[in-house]
Amino acid sequence: MSAPAHKEPHSFGFDAESEAKIATILKRYPESKQASAVIPLLYVAQRQMGRLTGSAWVPRVAMDVIADRLSMPPIRVYEVATFYFMFNMQPIGRHHLQLCGTTPCMLRGSDDVLRACKDAGGVKGVGDTSADGMFTLTEVECLGACVNAPILQIDDDYYEDLSYESTVKLLEAFKRGERPKPGSAIGRMASAPAGEQTVLTGRGDE
Amino acid sequence: MAKVTIDGIEVKVPNGSSVLQACEAAGKEIPRFCYHERLSVAGNCRMCLVEVEKAPKPVASCAYPVMDGMKVFTDTPVVRNARRGVMEFLLINHPLDCPICDQGGECDLQDQAYAYGHDKSRYGEAKRAVKDKNIGPLIKTVMTRCIQCTRCVRFAAEVAGTPELGGTNRGESMEIGTYVEKALTSELSGNLIDICPVGALTSRPYAFVSRPWELRKTDGIDVLDAVGANIRIDTRGPEVLRILPRINEAVNEEWMADRGRFSFDGLKRRRLDRPWLRKDGRMVAASWAEAFGVIADKLSKTSADRIGAVAGSLADAESVLALKDLMAAYGSANLDCREDGAAIDGARPDFYRFNTTIAGIEDADALLIIGAEPRKEAPVLNARIRKRWAQGRFPVGFIGPAGIDLTYSAQHLGEGPVVISALLDGSHPFAATLKAAQKPMLILGRGAIARADGAAVLAAAWRLAAEAGMLKPDWHGFNLLHHFGGQVGSLELGFLPGQGGKDLAAMLGGGVDALWLLNADGFDPARIPASTFVIYQGHHGDAMAARADVLLPGAAYTEKDATWVNTEGRAQRSYRAIHPPGEAREDWRIIRAFSEGVGKTLAYNDLDALRARLASISPVFARIGEVAASGCADLAGPQAAMAMEAAPFRLPITDYHRADVISRASDVMAECASVYGPQQALAAE
Repeated sequence: MSAPAHKEPHSFGFDAESEAKIATILKRYPESKQASAVIPLLYVAQRQMGRLTGSAWVPRVAMDVIADRLSMPPIRVYEVATFYFMFNMQPIGRHHLQLCGTTPCMLRGSDDVLRACKDAGGVKGVGDTSADGMFTLTEVECLGACVNAPILQIDDDYYEDLSYESTVKLLEAFKRGERPKPGSAIGRMASAPAGEQTVLTGRGDE
Repeated sequence: MAKVTIDGIEVKVPNGSSVLQACEAAGKEIPRFCYHERLSVAGNCRMCLVEVEKAPKPVASCAYPVMDGMKVFTDTPVVRNARRGVMEFLLINHPLDCPICDQGGECDLQDQAYAYGHDKSRYGEAKRAVKDKNIGPLIKTVMTRCIQCTRCVRFAAEVAGTPELGGTNRGESMEIGTYVEKALTSELSGNLIDICPVGALTSRPYAFVSRPWELRKTDGIDVLDAVGANIRIDTRGPEVLRILPRINEAVNEEWMADRGRFSFDGLKRRRLDRPWLRKDGRMVAASWAEAFGVIADKLSKTSADRIGAVAGSLADAESVLALKDLMAAYGSANLDCREDGAAIDGARPDFYRFNTTIAGIEDADALLIIGAEPRKEAPVLNARIRKRWAQGRFPVGFIGPAGIDLTYSAQHLGEGPVVISALLDGSHPFAATLKAAQKPMLILGRGAIARADGAAVLAAAWRLAAEAGMLKPDWHGFNLLHHFGGQVGSLELGFLPGQGGKDLAAMLGGGVDALWLLNADGFDPARIPASTFVIYQGHHGDAMAARADVLLPGAAYTEKDATWVNTEGRAQRSYRAIHPPGEAREDWRIIRAFSEGVGKTLAYNDLDALRARLASISPVFARIGEVAASGCADLAGPQAAMAMEAAPFRLPITDYHRADVISRASDVMAECASVYGPQQALAAE
């Protein structure tokens, strides 16, 4: 990828909240190995952008600032940032919908979730940002929560056991500015069996 | 040492060697793309697969260490099949555009596809296409051809020390580039073209010019810096089409600086191709006989102590000697080869040589750089310093302007001679660093002594070397870094003011009536008094030629058999690749012909006799390609009658791409200068 086509900010600086996080992060690495902090710092930058501008992405100036901070050549930061799709190299919507489409989720109805994202979220498809700037939809590979498939990761939270209807409800809540409780939409406890408990019930009839 | 059996051949290789190195030791050729002897191992092309006994699957030999008793098979059906598979994968996305690719005929991928490629493709889908990158005026990119071996990325980061290339994105979308479009800032960028195994990075000036099999290859020496990189001059007919480095481990390894590689188009422009005479203030074309007649007439009317000669930075040893002998025949001792006014002391060779030798840098354990910017003055030598620095435990101190990026971390000690004094009296902390080192060295820039107090700087630097333990019977850590290929040769021949002779400043100060300039373009022609009769012998119509009263057209370094001495004092031969244009002739022959015409015939009439005389004057010309074992037994240094001034050191080469007459005539270098050059130079043009 060559230089991005979207509008880049002219400058970037870490705010106090980010600086506090960076201070904690840098302490984890020895003096000459500070470059190891590049991924955590990219996250810090991305979250700061989300906090301040409503769009969690990493502009190039931010990568330059990180390179400078960690005494590494800027290209090494570009390499890392572009390698991991968790870092958004261009502006995204307020909420990042990361839909898992890998086999278990697909079998359990991720296509319905995708349809719900299009209908309720207003995105035209994978990679699109809704016209109101609320959502950006990305298709991701296995999120590792297959027991509770299908999964939609919104920003940092997992929403599980989704159906078309529950996804629509979820997105409507986000649009109202609410942040529903993450986890299963059908009320199951963590990854316990759906429905009522069938073993170790204490009924003594097994 | 590990004993390894390669296809039944038993070889012993050092522990830690790779299987690939063991295979090479056994004389087996292993195909490879990403592996390069001088770069770190990436192991990502998978072309070097071999079979190792008891290994369940083929192993990448470049990244697999040897073990004692290991049995390796390089040519089994498994190996061949595996390599065919790798080749098929590589060719999935590689365009089949060999007929329009500049790498065609010297392409690793093409060659290896002959051995391991299928005769047809099983891949029917669309190939991936990658947008070309603009990485400067020297390198043309066709990124669709890239096989992502990452040699260029590793070269830029490891050898050149300018980590600007990288692989961005991943998988199918991975691309090699700078991410943010920019021109590479390395002075060694041309080497990327050589190390690219495919046609992704090719020479922009050489684009669509020629095929390798059409070229005649001649061995030469790069004289545009004082490293003396060994080069191969590729010519077709009367034209130099490209210049490539040759391998010489002691000098340039296999690298070459950009100015030497790309400035040859300057050999075709602004050339002096016939003698010219100034008549009534205007230059008119003349014959050799007329030109010689005018010079002979002038010199015969001038007393010997009013005749002077200056040898320039691109003058070969043969012609310098011829000119020196001619001046001796006239009885003149007014000789000088220090165009920049550098206070070089010719009393002892180790006062002006790079005594540590270039390969010797790798043995040093501390370095002090005084008023030199090796990155611009000798990029290949700088790569050697960087190579040593990258091995660790190599403190580097730098005295000169602040904010200079040498491609390795150097402690900036200060800007002027005051730091040398502080190091001498031990008040500067870096003095302790030098003292603690076993084999410390210093590099004194020629620019640092090309100033009014140059002799004092030279003397102080030598004294510092002596006191810091750089001068030992088995280690010589005092080094002077010169700028051009002709400078040390003239010094070896003693082209310096003789008994009662005038130096350049005195000659320019009205000390002579006739001045013979041999390739001397290194000073401002306006300094020559108007009354002085100037004979300019050279190959380019630069500023100095415009001042001349007689122009004698000489040959450039690609156009003559010549001997060049690099900054170490290593004499090397270059051979004639093309003929000089028009009536221009080899320079020593011009002087020899002139001497005959004036009845002062020089005592040699062929190159062998001249070279025998060279060898009788200085032993460096008797051991071509070698340098004498270094070491310093005599600590007595050059003396200076003055004290050092406070003025900070200024770096001599401000515009790397336009530092000599050839590169100033080159369009390619002009484009580079406009991309990289200092902004003030642009404003002045």
